[in-house]
Amino acid sequence: MTILEKVTALLGEGAVLEPSTDRVPRIAPGSPDAVALLLGTAHQEGWRVRIEGAGTWLQSDAPADLALTTRRLDRVPAIEPPDLTATAEAGIGLDQLRQQLADRGAWLAIDPPGLAGRTLGSVVATATAGPLRHGFGPIKDHLLGVTFVTGDGRMVQSGGRVMKNVAGYDLTRLQAGGFGAFGVIVLVHLRLRTLPRADVTYVLEGAREDLTQVGEDIAAAGLTPAALELVSPALARRERWVLAVRLAGSPALVAADETGLGAASGGGRFASLRAEEAHGFWMRLAEGFSVRPVTFRIGGVPAASDELLDLLQHQLGDEWISASPAAGAIRWTGEASIDRLQRLRRTLAGLEVPLTLERAPWALRGAVGHFGAYREGVGPLVTGLRRTFDPGGALVVATEGS
Amino acid sequence: MSAPSHLARDLAAIVGERHVREARAERVTYAMDGLPTHRRVPDLVVLPGTREELIAVVRLLAAHDVPFVPRGAGTGLSGGALADEGTVLLVLTRLNRILRVDHDNRLAVVEPGVVNAKLGAAARPHGLQYAPDPSSQSACTIGGNVAENAGGPHCLKYGVTANHVLALELLLADGSLVDVGSPGGESWGPDLVGLFVGSEGTFGIATRITVRLTPLPRAVRTLLADFNSLRTAGEAVSAIIAAGIVPAALEMMDQSCIRAVEDSVYAAGYPRDAAAILLAEIDGRNVDAVVAETEMVTDLLRKSGARSVRSAASEAERERLWQGRKKAFGAMGRLSRDLVVQDAVVPRSALPQVLETICAIAQRYELVVSNVFHAGDGNLHPNISFDATDPALKERVETASAEIMATCIAAGGTITGEHGVGIDKLRYMPLIFDAESLGAMHAVRKVFDPDERVNPGKVVPVHACREWASAKQLLARAS
Repeated sequence: MTILEKVTALLGEGAVLEPSTDRVPRIAPGSPDAVALLLGTAHQEGWRVRIEGAGTWLQSDAPADLALTTRRLDRVPAIEPPDLTATAEAGIGLDQLRQQLADRGAWLAIDPPGLAGRTLGSVVATATAGPLRHGFGPIKDHLLGVTFVTGDGRMVQSGGRVMKNVAGYDLTRLQAGGFGAFGVIVLVHLRLRTLPRADVTYVLEGAREDLTQVGEDIAAAGLTPAALELVSPALARRERWVLAVRLAGSPALVAADETGLGAASGGGRFASLRAEEAHGFWMRLAEGFSVRPVTFRIGGVPAASDELLDLLQHQLGDEWISASPAAGAIRWTGEASIDRLQRLRRTLAGLEVPLTLERAPWALRGAVGHFGAYREGVGPLVTGLRRTFDPGGALVVATEGS
Repeated sequence: MSAPSHLARDLAAIVGERHVREARAERVTYAMDGLPTHRRVPDLVVLPGTREELIAVVRLLAAHDVPFVPRGAGTGLSGGALADEGTVLLVLTRLNRILRVDHDNRLAVVEPGVVNAKLGAAARPHGLQYAPDPSSQSACTIGGNVAENAGGPHCLKYGVTANHVLALELLLADGSLVDVGSPGGESWGPDLVGLFVGSEGTFGIATRITVRLTPLPRAVRTLLADFNSLRTAGEAVSAIIAAGIVPAALEMMDQSCIRAVEDSVYAAGYPRDAAAILLAEIDGRNVDAVVAETEMVTDLLRKSGARSVRSAASEAERERLWQGRKKAFGAMGRLSRDLVVQDAVVPRSALPQVLETICAIAQRYELVVSNVFHAGDGNLHPNISFDATDPALKERVETASAEIMATCIAAGGTITGEHGVGIDKLRYMPLIFDAESLGAMHAVRKVFDPDERVNPGKVVPVHACREWASAKQLLARAS
């Protein structure tokens, strides 16, 4: 019996999708229990499984016996506007989820890089926050709990559906940014906000150094932007660097910040974008990171942002880059070799700046790893955690690279 | 089993004789934390004074295979820092140096024994604050806050401890050191900082803690609203949250608690005849926006049935209003000699119904239950005052506590929002986690501490199956 025949017998024909371009069978379990059944069997049979969402972010090219896609886990069991919480299965596209939330007056304040249909599970597993991290924090701050299936088919819950929760260990934070190394996320409990009643975007073009100064002025003036993003010309499709400021919240708050913005930038040089222009600007920025083969993020202290941008420009070029200077977060996308990335990671480690490889072809991410340059003692803990959650090594994830 | 005396001698050689407590009279002072319902006398108490001493102590204990419990100021409310016989208590309050306040990068690096309020005071001259503000902040330590993932009234807007920890140096039970997280907040691999925060000292000791500081608000408005019923006050909370306003804090107290405070030295001027009061604080960096949002909240409170809404007219009045809230637990000491402090969390929309059910449970068991809690988060603290020397009363308290907890879980809530599981809530863990999830947590603990020597017997119930049966019965009864 082939793997495909066994899986078909296990989950039914409906779970078997068209194979990937590399001919790896693609299986789409229709429920969390089916994911557990599949991974339990994979563990027993010694199959190697790669995890996929909608297939729009991480390349679907890891060597495996089968690909497990979460795309049929697309239900939203609960949206609770009075509590500002929601529960969604991991395979739902963010665009669909956003729409369902907006229909109920609720908002998930994240804007991750990638295409609009990227799955919720992909965003959580890779912890890829976008410009809204400036005002609303990293992905983990939006999570109340997750349910995941371990590499040997155990279903594990962490957290819950309420605003505060310290019952048991916080496995939710381990899963957020774990790249699937500790299991497949099947269900996510989310912390929401009400849809902002005012939401405006301003942009200012100029030399990078000048815009950095303006950004610092904005922070010093006490404004509270939802996003404050410095974008390279190529990524912004403009002639020069762009500082984009998004103000979102109550009309009173946004109006006050608009007033302050004019003063901080030295005389209202910012241009206001119409609603559809703003939508297009932020969408293009997000999509730009899924076009080129390699994307990574680094996180330094705010005061080092300029120095880090210089370093990236020197070592890799700065055509496609976006930075949230006040949060110390920088995302780069382009083409890079294994050697260059490894050298860059070592250099950054010396500056106490981690580099997380978000997406790359398997040949590169298998060698470089999503993570690396661990501080002393971290490696054994990560290995121990991987063994705990995937004792048979069924899940194909390039955690540390080769 | 008692710790061997040669161990005490070896420990004294590291930390000095006066920092090893062997006499029973001295050890008894560490037999409880802030929750008076659990009592364990440690075999030995050691107070290292430096990071190096602490490392040497832990390595010595590892060499002798002796379990130990890290403890900060002992203000915890779950029995999480109690040490059994055969276990050494490591008190970390002498590790109290603020190593760095970095204004440009808005962070601070501290030792675990630094008192929360002292970090706040050190940040203030830089125009910054350390936002998590547990009610015990004048005594509790940052190390303890990290272990418990402590919250506080202002966590509604600013987040809990986990949202403010950037990096940690960890000392594991085998004496090895591990650096997790980074000053910029990005992790070196999986988020081990996030995993460690809230692990209640069962993974090891955070010896150096890098925390995020946030800018001090430029404007603050504090409102006191009073209500004729708990339900109405709960509905007002829902109305504010649903309007999309995130106050810095939104705290509720019921009549029993109001009167306890007003009868104490912490009297804040709360109306004694009110069934409930709400303390709402709106802050921000922009004065106009704060004024506008305060008007909106005032309007919502009035429309939701507040009898009156009063704004603190001065900083002194604001401080007095907050002192009453923050010292409420202390004031409740007037009601009876013992106090059970609960910490359940429910969906915010369930608050009115759950509060009524708690009242009904209190009446049924003829108990004094006082509610003071973080209403904006749905984080309840129903506190039962009683005399533990009365066995029959104690049994009623335990039964009522379990019913209150089961009620909160049935409403979609959880058993602890900020106090931790410790030993106090172990029995409730199987109510919210199945055996596989508890097993996974236990396995994670063993990754950090394979021999389970650090803070043994806390957080995850070992005999889950047995406890599971009684817990299921409770849940069935409540629902």
